[in-house]
Amino acid sequence: MTVTDERPHHALEEGFDATIAADQRIEPRDWMPEAYRKTLIRQIAQHAHSEIIGMQPEGNWILRAPSLRRKAILLAKVQDEAGHGMYLYAAAETLGVDREELTEKLIESKQKYSSIFNYPTLTYADIGVIGWLVDGAAICNQVPLCRCSYGPYARAMIRICKEESFHQRQGFELLLAMVNGTDAQREMVQESVNRWWWPSLMMFGPPDDDSPNSAQSMAWGIKRHTNDELRQRFVDMSVPQAAALGVTLPDPDLVWNDERQAHDYGEPDWAEFKAVIAGSGPANAQRIAHRRRAHENGAWVREAAQAFADKQQAADKHAGATA
Amino acid sequence: MSEDFTAEGGHGAVPTEGVETGQGKPARRTWPLYEVFVRGKRGLNHVHVGSLHAADDEMALHNARDVYTRRNEGVSIWVVKADHITASSPAEKDPFFAPAGDKVYRHPTFYAIPEEVPHL
Repeated sequence: MTVTDERPHHALEEGFDATIAADQRIEPRDWMPEAYRKTLIRQIAQHAHSEIIGMQPEGNWILRAPSLRRKAILLAKVQDEAGHGMYLYAAAETLGVDREELTEKLIESKQKYSSIFNYPTLTYADIGVIGWLVDGAAICNQVPLCRCSYGPYARAMIRICKEESFHQRQGFELLLAMVNGTDAQREMVQESVNRWWWPSLMMFGPPDDDSPNSAQSMAWGIKRHTNDELRQRFVDMSVPQAAALGVTLPDPDLVWNDERQAHDYGEPDWAEFKAVIAGSGPANAQRIAHRRRAHENGAWVREAAQAFADKQQAADKHAGATA
Repeated sequence: MSEDFTAEGGHGAVPTEGVETGQGKPARRTWPLYEVFVRGKRGLNHVHVGSLHAADDEMALHNARDVYTRRNEGVSIWVVKADHITASSPAEKDPFFAPAGDKVYRHPTFYAIPEEVPHL
């Protein structure tokens, strides 16, 4: 939708600032600074693309999940990811972009998605660990976004958070079943945790002293906590959960700090993080190629549905004219 | 690396450089946008829950069911083409709603009634 407000610019800006200062929500037809709009488009599109690309590593295991129960659960979860993508594309569209255009930008690599989905799912334990750690990290990020200053994004996040809880719990339950199984299963879980722990920590973004854009996002009420605050919260939540599973988190520096009443932990490999975002992760090319193929193979379906709708409309018009 | 990333989104850090934001003008003609309203259960109003694209009305209803009611969130759905919605303009917000602003006598608390009078 277009902005229809024609008050002078300074009055518009004051109105926007006052709304943010009062912790009220900005709604689609309100005036907003261009940088606010662009920041939100980037963030919401990145989030939507992440949900859609995130279907791939998990979809990879639907046919190989070990029972009908596990297949049905995983199928429901992957469907949810598609739904989350749709909620978010809908929110992005209220900012004046079109989701078809966003999809084009994704498959042309002009927009990004979360670095985490560029890691492959090598074993079935990865399905459990993604639910536990990756969705767990996503929940830490997403719960504060339910209070984001942009109304449509906040409302989409409320729906998503309700559903993420199922995602995390099914993952943890899957891992519980495995660690109560054979030695080989326990080893498989530990090996999977070893691979996913650090990429999960990277999901919170660079350290605060290296993240100057965060300040603007916080001033705008898009972001409510700093990267390091959220990362700390995630680490503190994960430690007792790892203990319950009997797995070791692969960080020799991970230790309780009584003074801070929080865990100290090691530094993620930020060079790796940057390389994966830039496109050099293990599965970047495969993810985009798959998304492009699915989009292009679906083109005839979209066109046929449109042709059918046009035909129906023409027939209705004709019937109306002759009645 | 710092300049290149903004706050994390729901799924991780978001690069700020070299990421296009789009113009709202897709290259091809796309399916129309529908707004979706769901009645959560009997006795409640339909409430706006979001939007979706569909080729026609029937597809819009089916898509709305799949996107917005995967967990029994609704007993009834309305879909309406976004183009068919007429909305009040934010610019007129104050004058548009002004007629109600100075009519405090429309509220029950405007009227002083002695406390000992019951049921009023």
